[in-house]
Amino acid sequence: MSSLVKCPHCGLRPREEFTIRGEVAAPRPSAGADEATWFDHVYLRDNPRGEHREYWHHAGGCRRWLVLSRNTLTHETSDVVDASTLKTEGAR
Amino acid sequence: MRYSALSLLGNAFSKNKNWKPAWRNPDPKPHYDVIIIGGGGHGLATAYYLSKVFGVRNVAVLEKGYLGSGNIGRNTTIIRSNYLLEGNNPFYEFSMKLWEGLEQDFNFNAMVSQRGVINLFHSDAQRDAYTRRGNAMRLHGVDAELLDRDQLREKLPFLDYENARFPIMGGLMQARGGTVRHDAVAWGFARGADQNGVDIIQNCEVTGIDRDGNQITGVQTTRGAITCNKLAMAVAGSSSHVAKMVDMRLPIESHALQAFVSEGLKPFIDTVVTFGAGHFYVSQSDKGGLVFGGDIEGYNSYAQRGNLACVEHVAEAGMAMIPALSRVRILRSWGGIMDMSMDGSPIMDRTHLGNLYFNGGWCYGGFKATPASGYCFAHLLATDTPHETATAFRMDRFARGYLLDEKGVGAQANLH
Repeated sequence: MSSLVKCPHCGLRPREEFTIRGEVAAPRPSAGADEATWFDHVYLRDNPRGEHREYWHHAGGCRRWLVLSRNTLTHETSDVVDASTLKTEGAR
Repeated sequence: MRYSALSLLGNAFSKNKNWKPAWRNPDPKPHYDVIIIGGGGHGLATAYYLSKVFGVRNVAVLEKGYLGSGNIGRNTTIIRSNYLLEGNNPFYEFSMKLWEGLEQDFNFNAMVSQRGVINLFHSDAQRDAYTRRGNAMRLHGVDAELLDRDQLREKLPFLDYENARFPIMGGLMQARGGTVRHDAVAWGFARGADQNGVDIIQNCEVTGIDRDGNQITGVQTTRGAITCNKLAMAVAGSSSHVAKMVDMRLPIESHALQAFVSEGLKPFIDTVVTFGAGHFYVSQSDKGGLVFGGDIEGYNSYAQRGNLACVEHVAEAGMAMIPALSRVRILRSWGGIMDMSMDGSPIMDRTHLGNLYFNGGWCYGGFKATPASGYCFAHLLATDTPHETATAFRMDRFARGYLLDEKGVGAQANLH
């Protein structure tokens, strides 16, 4: 993985400052959603070989949650944005 | 040709000029009864038992690279059956029994060495948990022995017993556990399957899967299209990638796990030891190198390499357990891709497509399972029913709530 990652708030920062949380999944289903929807949300993953949108936490810096694309084969990162700018489509 | 002392002697007298390749290198036929995607340990073992035990011989194993290029050649070679859960223990013990007779069975030296596996414990609570696991093992007829600190000191004097944070209080030992030469397992199974008529086709990547409604008709590969009656996936590490070809989403994430080998040392560690307060396991190879590893990297990855953060983490855990490691130089490190299932246990089952069979989700414990995984998957392929020891590894267990959470960890620690 590249040793420097571009944080939208702090600029280029060492990779060690960040914690990777995992894929940016669809929003959490509503409490009343059926079992199949919940199963899908909790257990199934796209797990792509290639571009992967994921949550990163800049724990050693601005402490903001970020969303970025990482290529799971080459580890190149791109399109870093603050997670608050992500459009949420609301609960299913 | 069967390998024996006599064949060795004969070939020695003919100046070793008459050795034949251990398996053929055939071109793919247009049709097979069973195609196994993935020529790793599990795929080759499946082909071996399918042809040997279940009499299905019109079988092809399609391997993207060369034999031994995947996880079968990238692990830390440990075998054990020290499992707690009802759904796991009989399966891994079945595997251990197969390991015990494997070399005679497939007539190949896999250097199976039952040198013992010791899991260290560092607190009263952990001792209780290990006692429970040991008792569960013994109830299943598996050997287990709880060692106290003095017994352990005799066996492993070099451990840091007085570690301020994680003092070592004892260990749970499975004396029948040990190590196996990993790539010889691939070669042995390949040779055995090949002798039974299985076509092992290397450098043949599956690029697409053909279907007619809910039936698989064949595969597209880099060496042309091949049709089949049954299609078996044994591609742990890339399961999601291959499953995507039939629009399947799996409860699996791919993660990289590193392993390391040190420079050759004089005999030092004559067993497998694991750290109970972190994730670290070490043994010494017959060449003298310490073979060790730790935890997964913690992010999705299909790159067969790891990061320095994990190297540091593994080194720290190793140092906490064996301070003498501080002077040891690491010779090589490498990474493999793990299918991390959501409950940390494998999946071996039929799928929603009638003649597609799935074997994957082995997390970082696939090597020890290789023979049983092959046997049970062959059983499933041949009879359409799961082997009696592999009934818990169902695809739908997540939806039904029957998780098999042996360690309480899946792809991420927060999943339980």
